[in-house]
Amino acid sequence: MPNHHLTAEQIRDLRALAGTIIPPGPTYGVPGADDELIFKDILGSLERDHDDICRALAHLATLADGAFADLGPERRTEVAAAFRETGGAPLAALVRVVLLCYYRDDRVMRSLGQEPRAPFPKGHVVEQGDWSLLDPVRARPRMYRVVE
Amino acid sequence: MHDKVDVLIIGSGASGAAVAWSLADTRMRILCLEQGDWVKPTDYPSNGRDWEARLFSDFAVSPNRRARPTDYPINDANSPIKVVNFNGVGGSTIMYTAHFPRMHPSDFKVRTLDGVADDWPIDYATLEPYFAENDRMMGVSGLAGDPAYPPKQPPMPPLPLGKSGTRFGTAMNRLGWHWWPSDSTIATTDYEGRARCINLGHCTPGCAQGAKASTDITYWPHAIRAGVELRTLCRVREITTDEHRMASGVVYYDAEGQEQFQPAEVVILACNGVGTPRLMLNSVSARFPNGIANSSGLVGKNLMFHPYALTYGYVDEPLDGNHGPPLCLWSQEFYETDPQRDFVRGYTFQFGRGVGAIMEAIVSTNAGRLPWGEDHHRVYRKLLNHRIGLSAICEDLPEEHNRVTLDPVLKDSSGIPAPKLDYTISANSLKMMDHGIARAKEILTAAGAGNIAVESPILNGGWHLLGTARMGTDPERSVVNEWGRCHDVKNLFIVDGSIWVTSGGVNPTSTIQALALYIADSIKQRLANLFD
Repeated sequence: MPNHHLTAEQIRDLRALAGTIIPPGPTYGVPGADDELIFKDILGSLERDHDDICRALAHLATLADGAFADLGPERRTEVAAAFRETGGAPLAALVRVVLLCYYRDDRVMRSLGQEPRAPFPKGHVVEQGDWSLLDPVRARPRMYRVVE
Repeated sequence: MHDKVDVLIIGSGASGAAVAWSLADTRMRILCLEQGDWVKPTDYPSNGRDWEARLFSDFAVSPNRRARPTDYPINDANSPIKVVNFNGVGGSTIMYTAHFPRMHPSDFKVRTLDGVADDWPIDYATLEPYFAENDRMMGVSGLAGDPAYPPKQPPMPPLPLGKSGTRFGTAMNRLGWHWWPSDSTIATTDYEGRARCINLGHCTPGCAQGAKASTDITYWPHAIRAGVELRTLCRVREITTDEHRMASGVVYYDAEGQEQFQPAEVVILACNGVGTPRLMLNSVSARFPNGIANSSGLVGKNLMFHPYALTYGYVDEPLDGNHGPPLCLWSQEFYETDPQRDFVRGYTFQFGRGVGAIMEAIVSTNAGRLPWGEDHHRVYRKLLNHRIGLSAICEDLPEEHNRVTLDPVLKDSSGIPAPKLDYTISANSLKMMDHGIARAKEILTAAGAGNIAVESPILNGGWHLLGTARMGTDPERSVVNEWGRCHDVKNLFIVDGSIWVTSGGVNPTSTIQALALYIADSIKQRLANLFD
């Protein structure tokens, strides 16, 4: 496990919150953000956002009046909604880490029709397009102001 | 102490590289000090699976977020636009979109034409040969015949239109408005040792393919082969002066953090519109108590960004997403002053291709479009690769209260006082941005987009750092003369965006480099009496 410097309670809450933000999507055959592999990636990716995430989790615990992970589904949804309203910059940092790990998971990428690979060296194909579209613009008179 | 050099350039980015290359043919001893290091193509994010995530870590656009040892912090809390830069060989040409429009002829004569700000002491015609030379050196793709510009001939064909470009072009034709393939420093053919673009799509934080021009792979190899020395990981603290009120050299910290003194006959600043005034204001002495070459009091003042107004929407079919260079078209329909509008000057539209999976998720979550919970997956699939957007790059006029000063507390890792920005967007710029947003909505609607959203100004949009050591013929109203020499210190030159008098409404790198080449030529023509 990476050296993320979170307590066991913080990890439980973070995982529960990640699964609340992005639950599994059986319709699309995708895991939730609390999936074991994805969550391991999240814990290993806190780096610059570590302090903000700790602040966010502290706020979450306050809203939950205890461990968010221990709440029942209905109460968890209510607390998450309140958290989204009041979390501010620390929450934005937390959500960013969840999203940037979720949307690079191979299973998620494939479900979106994306190749799970780096851009280099294969690159991508972009169609050249029809340059005759420019003909009306080519026919325009000079637009810039002449300066003596 | 090191041996004295003839020319000492501080900064190896867009302008520092150009001036080094141009001066190399004089056979003078030329040294460039760069606070960053070389960046290897294999280091660029597009090599790895974490390519998008690194935009939030070691390739973040903000130096405050990136916080590499080679970066310096910037206090931009009192600015609605945050600074974007990169410190390394190539400077911010490592971290730019490669969009490469020139200034227009009218941009140099805004006082004469529109009664605002000041005219430049030079004009488009003076710079034209340097624009062309720079296009050749950087390797520009584009298309001749744009009615918005005097004739020019980019050396490579334009970037592909793609699905988004076709949509935009069709929409602009429907509205009867100008559009044109952008000049770009992304190679569309193999060019001078650079491989052609293969549409990695993640161009801004460096190109692993080497198709995007950054000065580490364009000017610098030529300059170094011609004998210029480039010393990296050297952070300059101050410029020193002698009893003749001439620059005598610089004090810098080397890669080991050791203080060094480098004497020089001529010092050239190429540190951008924030780094240059920071260094000048840090160069305080009994001779120059307010900072070097600052008798006008204008060093650091008149900071100009280009406020960006981004408008985007979503269409009902998948487009190019992040595949391909992000910018491929511009419009100058609203560039020149129109007395029917409630603002002077104007803006460029730059058309964007799309964003990657992570960026879409983050931006849409922040905007409240993308829900948490069960519906997340359904909504996301309607957003990914369906985005189409454009930005108005608005001309920012100079105002002295927009400024760079030294932060009384914040320092970099070498203990050098950091820059502090105080900046507000003017009423004229705000009206211009509103106009751009309204027109952009018309364009997006014509392109079939809905769910339209606005980000104005783009928060992390301070790419263009201009105006903080302005050029002019009057020493009381400018810092450098019409060929880049400081009025107060006759062997001190500035070649970066600091010297801009007004900002135009275009990405500035092309004009910054043309100016640097022009100043280098001016120096070469005056070598016999350079300090007169």
